[in-house]
Amino acid sequence: MSRSTTEDVLKSPAPSAELVRSPRRLSVAEQQWIDSTLTPALAKSPERPIGADTGTNRNLDGTARFTTISGVPVDRLYTPADLPADWNEHTDKYLGQPGHAPYTRGIHATGYRGKLWTMRQFSGFATPEETNQRYKYLLQQGGSGLSVAFDLPTLMGYDSDHVNSEGEVGKCGVAIDSLEDMEILFSGIDLEKTTVSMTINSPASVLWAMYLVVAEQQGADWKKISGTLQNDILKEYIAQKEYIYPPAPSMRLVIDTFEFGSLFTPRFNPISISGYHIREAGATALQELAFTIYDGVEYVEWAVRRGLDVDDFAPRLSFFFNSHNDFFEEIAKFRASRKIWYRLMTDRFHAKQARSQLMRFHTQTAGVSLTAQQLMNNIARVAIQALAAVLGGTQSLHTDSYDEALALPTEEAARIALRTQQILAYESGVAQTVDPLGGSYFVENLTLKMEQGAFEYFDKLDAMGGMVRAIEQGFPQKELAESSYQYARAVEAKGKIIVGVNDFVVEETPQQILYIDESVRESQTEKLKRLRARRSQADVTRTLKALREAAAREPQAEKGKISGANTMPYILDCVRAYATVGEICEALRDVYGTYEESSWT
Amino acid sequence: MTSDPNVKPEHEFPIRVLVAKPGLDGHDRGAKVIARALRDAGMEVIYTGLRQTPEMIVNASIQEDVQCIGLSILSGAHNAIVPRLMALLKERSADDILVVLGGTIPAQDIDFLKQQGVAAIFGPGTPLETTVEFIRENVKPRGVPA
Repeated sequence: MSRSTTEDVLKSPAPSAELVRSPRRLSVAEQQWIDSTLTPALAKSPERPIGADTGTNRNLDGTARFTTISGVPVDRLYTPADLPADWNEHTDKYLGQPGHAPYTRGIHATGYRGKLWTMRQFSGFATPEETNQRYKYLLQQGGSGLSVAFDLPTLMGYDSDHVNSEGEVGKCGVAIDSLEDMEILFSGIDLEKTTVSMTINSPASVLWAMYLVVAEQQGADWKKISGTLQNDILKEYIAQKEYIYPPAPSMRLVIDTFEFGSLFTPRFNPISISGYHIREAGATALQELAFTIYDGVEYVEWAVRRGLDVDDFAPRLSFFFNSHNDFFEEIAKFRASRKIWYRLMTDRFHAKQARSQLMRFHTQTAGVSLTAQQLMNNIARVAIQALAAVLGGTQSLHTDSYDEALALPTEEAARIALRTQQILAYESGVAQTVDPLGGSYFVENLTLKMEQGAFEYFDKLDAMGGMVRAIEQGFPQKELAESSYQYARAVEAKGKIIVGVNDFVVEETPQQILYIDESVRESQTEKLKRLRARRSQADVTRTLKALREAAAREPQAEKGKISGANTMPYILDCVRAYATVGEICEALRDVYGTYEESSWT
Repeated sequence: MTSDPNVKPEHEFPIRVLVAKPGLDGHDRGAKVIARALRDAGMEVIYTGLRQTPEMIVNASIQEDVQCIGLSILSGAHNAIVPRLMALLKERSADDILVVLGGTIPAQDIDFLKQQGVAAIFGPGTPLETTVEFIRENVKPRGVPA
């Protein structure tokens, strides 16, 4: 490895961002420019807000106010006066070099020149048979990894034939009830060669166990398979709300996967700490950044409390961000995220390995930014968002399909989304230079402000006693509800323009979409009936009972050995006996109960 | 309308709305934004929270004496949920309650849902004001026989 030694890293601590100058100290040249050029220009043609003049986009003195999509004021021009006073002297500390602490410029010394980002398209719908066909199509078209979308019953730990599953089977993703479905899902796909990401949270360990058993059946080596489990329960309580159990036992299940993964699947990421959903639920760019990274802090705290060594699991922690429309704000968010994580892992957790200190992340373009009006406009939005992710140094990328404001994507829409990434990678030239915006006064200023803002949120969250406590008090939920309402109001007043929605509107006819009917529930129910008749009921009962007992005990880590009460080996036994997702989750519900949030509006 | 000066005219009673999120989906941004917009428009809003069955929604609507139910469904489960909810309202003689639906509803399902009795469907990008106005103009006045 060409990376720095630990000593090196510790010798050059990253300075905090509080050094951004205020007030600005102008150079003689800038002052002259203001007097001779800018002032007359403003007198001749004053600046005007973009969008309707709502009053909220005017400053107190009446001048136009320009803001990012998150409502953060943006200045006309950025110059050296917007960087810390010692920027030139300590550029190495603020920025570092690519592949070197504090990783602002990226985690690879050569950027994308050695390896492009992974083009990983999130996909899943209807039956495992149909999704398997879509996966093969995506791989044929040059996709470089898979990403599984599960349907709501699977996400909530119900079988397809459960009463609560009515109307939901196969609608938002693929329906998986048992190991049998997972076998079908990956039939003909070599799991040792394909990296697979799975968007599953509350029942993550169950679906992961199914995946591991399918890999085993294929003869794949667990030490070699790689992929990512989303498994981020904290953002479920904050944003997406697909939780089953209360926070404490949920956190325990997550830490069980960290421990299991560090011993048996060294190349698999047991978690993808996700800001994506937090952003979709209405957060600003800064809130997404701060809450996500602080979720990471919470997981590390819980794992360390279990007795795990930070350097045993931290190298496999991965992150997942949203890329929204505001181009430079997004790039700043991505760049700041790596530096913030580096500071936390070194200063707060004293991680020694470089792999523990660097943040790797996946990005998805912002589904929430897509409009149901003039669908094709979404192709342009996605391209801009994808470009921001690439300039921000993402490790992998999902580009949304233009029709996703209406339904799951058609095959054609999914192909155009993938082609957008390929055009960026192969035609635009942006992958040829590492961190090409590094040194831009504007981008560096925004990056430093993101960092500073995130640490301010961390102080608040620390004072609340951590993220689980903050969630119980409704703090992040309320912050999101407020931001999303403010944004909706700004759009309503046309202070923010959404092309085709509140301006530039045309009359349209309905588009062709992917339509999923109720037949998926029928075929999954039929399959479940046959499975329950075929399998050994005694094995199912025995393995579920053992799982319940383990789940009720408190796990304690021992060096180099898995905790006796770690649930993963027990879940694997249940899966091998063809117990269903619903049955396994029901066993855990028996032990842990379920969670209901107080509703904040 | 009465001419008794002690009886408040109809429009002075705020409209009561139940905003509900049925089904397994947890994406509640839209439901929360609309709840707040209706409240800002002077209505009294009860938000049910997540994963309410049609039975729970109908019970709450009757207990809370609402004039409008606003459903938020983004998961594609509308064709299963809406008919059950409408049948229950009828059973409980509460079908004078205005039912509106917001979310990602495919164009081909709209006729079916309207036949079931949904008064309006508000897709992505609908201005808040459109929803507010529709409810204001279409709820049944209180105390007037249906």
